[in-house]
Amino acid sequence: MSESALAARGVDKRFGSLVVAANVNLTLPPGARHALIGPNGAGKTTLINLMTGMLRPDGGQILLGGDDVTALAPEERVRRGLARTYQINSLFPQLTALESVTLAVCERRRVAQTWWRRLIAYREEIEEAHHILGALMLDAVCHRPARELAYGQQRLLEIALALASRPKVLLLDEPAAGVPRDESKELFTAIAGLSRDIAVLFIEHDMELVFRFASRVIVMVGGSILVEGTPAEIASDARVRAVYLGKATRA
Amino acid sequence: MSFDPRTTIAEPRHYLQAQMRWRWGEIAFWLATLLPFIVAPDYLLLASQVAIAALFVLSLDLILGFAGIVSLGHAAYFGTGAYTAGLISKWGWGEPIIGLVIAAVAAGLFGYVTSFIIARFRHLPLIMITLGIGLLLQESANSASWLTGGFDGLQGIHTWPILGRFRLDLYGYTAYAYALAALFVIFLGARRLVHSPFGLALRGIRDNSQRMRAIGAATHSHIRTIYTIAAMIAGAAGAILAQTTETVSLEVLGFQRSADVLVMLILGGTGRLYGGLLGAVVYMVARDQFSGLNPQYWYFWIGLLLIAVVVVVPNGLLGGLSLLTRRAKAEP
Repeated sequence: MSESALAARGVDKRFGSLVVAANVNLTLPPGARHALIGPNGAGKTTLINLMTGMLRPDGGQILLGGDDVTALAPEERVRRGLARTYQINSLFPQLTALESVTLAVCERRRVAQTWWRRLIAYREEIEEAHHILGALMLDAVCHRPARELAYGQQRLLEIALALASRPKVLLLDEPAAGVPRDESKELFTAIAGLSRDIAVLFIEHDMELVFRFASRVIVMVGGSILVEGTPAEIASDARVRAVYLGKATRA
Repeated sequence: MSFDPRTTIAEPRHYLQAQMRWRWGEIAFWLATLLPFIVAPDYLLLASQVAIAALFVLSLDLILGFAGIVSLGHAAYFGTGAYTAGLISKWGWGEPIIGLVIAAVAAGLFGYVTSFIIARFRHLPLIMITLGIGLLLQESANSASWLTGGFDGLQGIHTWPILGRFRLDLYGYTAYAYALAALFVIFLGARRLVHSPFGLALRGIRDNSQRMRAIGAATHSHIRTIYTIAAMIAGAAGAILAQTTETVSLEVLGFQRSADVLVMLILGGTGRLYGGLLGAVVYMVARDQFSGLNPQYWYFWIGLLLIAVVVVVPNGLLGGLSLLTRRAKAEP
């Protein structure tokens, strides 16, 4: 039994005297479409790093599907269904899009350790990778090295790589960062079209996109969660307005 | 979604398949390795040294060129193989092929043990660690002179005829044939590895090891595996040297050897398999010619060659060649 796909329970993290996460509690139900917003330096990316295991919390717990994963390495959490993308592209520059995603599929299926069989014998893995790329409209460029792809396509490849691990929870760190506005809508449409089996939490600054694609919004300020609610509640919240008008004193 | 799986799926596999097909250049290369038997029988001993060096470079390319693991102490595994093969023979078992296998396994074991440290580091710290491993092993071999013969080298090696038939000869016919056959067989294995899912994972580690963790990859275990395999191949190269020259000196473990193999790889081009082979040929032949020209200062010319290659073709000789052929194809 688990009512949450992913949850943070009282998570603390400090770098020296700088508190980057203070008693953070957050619950992501299965199939969620939640947005995480907040001013720069609020600790949004840090929270993703804490939940995915890239950083270790000083206190508190991370629960994935109800299991405590606080002590697990990042790759172990990925295998249990927690995937992420990066704000700044973190791809395999010399691998083609198809090779990159095939690699991720092979890792998920635990066949990437096999050195005595040819890659092309792994028909299903290649087909699955091609299918993922097709769903993100990348199949036409699947033989181009990642570094030669257009920027928007690289952002999509970020997501394709995460999807190849068949996540139950997907954390998207500013998926549309640096993408022109009209293209970022397309990108979010692709995200909105993801299977409802996947719980999605995305960081985004563009409020129009947030209100359009998120069912709930979580506002973070100064390392802690200020408020959580529906887009309508957040839009009318006086504290949130204060933060975005620069009147917050805690950040 | 508007794509038809039947038409789109067959094509990407064909594309990948085309990448892995044997090319004419490859076949020509291997045919050319037979030329010394016909056109340069006086140089067969040199040719056997080249083949041994090529096998050693191949092993370094697997870790450096494909997985991005820098090493300045790769001679440690070469030397382990050489001493193991030498000792087996000295103790009375001179059959070369079984000796070769045992030596490779011994080097692989040492590689496996050290791989646990290697897997935890990258870049500069890795250079220090591999350098340290090399120095440790060389000094251990030096002080254990009861076993290794120390500074005087290991004496009393006698290699039995290969396959019970082919005796080592003064001209190096057998030595070159033996080294070349081993190189070819091991190369086939390496080529298969590079085109396997594991080969793809290695390139992933080289490109972005952080992202590898984020896709759930068993990065450390991959590194341990390839490091062990590379150590085995280096050990095989060392064993062939010991068996064909019937001596082992401390120099097999030396820093110079680790540096030379790195130079050959960079000279030829990393991450291409054939780059290392080409680098070994060019470096060994150049060294032979330069040292004939000027026995004292020949490293001067090697230095000049290195700088020239890196300035003119930053991706090594093979990188330059493939750039040329691509340009030639682009403007016919």
